Amino acid sequence: MKKRVLAIASGGGHWQQLMRLRPAFQGQHPIYVTTNAAYSIDVPGSELFVVTDANRNEPLNLIRSAFGMLVRVLKTRPNVVISTGAAPGLFGILFGRLVGARTIWIDSIANAEKLSMSGRVASKIAHVTLTQWPHLRGADAPRYEGSIL
Amino acid sequence: MIFVTVGGQLPFDRLVHAVDRWAVNQQRSDVFAQIGSSASPPAHIEWERLLSPPDFQAKARSADVIIAHAGMGSILTALDLGKPIIVMPRRAHLGEHRNDHQWATVEHLGNDVGITVAADEEALLDRLGRLEELEAPGMRHSPEYARLLHFLQSVIEASD
Repeated sequence: MKKRVLAIASGGGHWQQLMRLRPAFQGQHPIYVTTNAAYSIDVPGSELFVVTDANRNEPLNLIRSAFGMLVRVLKTRPNVVISTGAAPGLFGILFGRLVGARTIWIDSIANAEKLSMSGRVASKIAHVTLTQWPHLRGADAPRYEGSIL
Repeated sequence: MIFVTVGGQLPFDRLVHAVDRWAVNQQRSDVFAQIGSSASPPAHIEWERLLSPPDFQAKARSADVIIAHAGMGSILTALDLGKPIIVMPRRAHLGEHRNDHQWATVEHLGNDVGITVAADEEALLDRLGRLEELEAPGMRHSPEYARLLHFLQSVIEASD
């Protein structure tokens, strides 16, 4: 059976890192969530949904983003939620957990000296939290299982 | 064509204006910049604040060289397209980012992915003076990348 994989990334580097993970979704049913509808050109033939972009300095947008993600998770009923960041992905991980999905956070390769703030929160929520740098691997989390480069 | 990008979010006047001054001196009319929220637009080179993703891809594709902040979006664009790239990291003490993670990123990525790092404007101008020496990065299909894909596949397969 094909697994429904809710794959979430904000625009820019987060999205491009998610795009490099696409081969892992082959044979499954990926559903993408991002912050800019124009990214649909990158995933022809797949569904793509948009939520409000937000960071921790924009409380109102955080609420919008969280609500949009909650709706998407409830409608999608994913088997897996995977995110390369940032805040909207964190909401996806949280709501994904609540509906019984397997949840994976992949911290951006840009965080070479410490896990991102979102990554540190994710490591408390997600089933699996990955860093892309072996030297950031922790005793429990984050794990290192390779990188996008 | 030279494509300059500082991402879409934060200003990076130091980079934009260094390239602008260079383009004036060299009388180059084939430079285009996405300047994000940089405070003062460049005087000489063409610019937009934010390109749509398709336009961004088109500019990057037609560029001979990409000059960018050290954001992963810019770096991955260059790697995916096999374009030579010079990156200048944003610095926190100059108010260009919250912290110096761009500095750390390029230090750790090093030269093994084929990106050229310019620490400051002086180094950037030096590299711009010898563009012909730049080499296109080879998109590596590294064991680490294969490992990550394999790991994710196995987690997805095991889910219910």
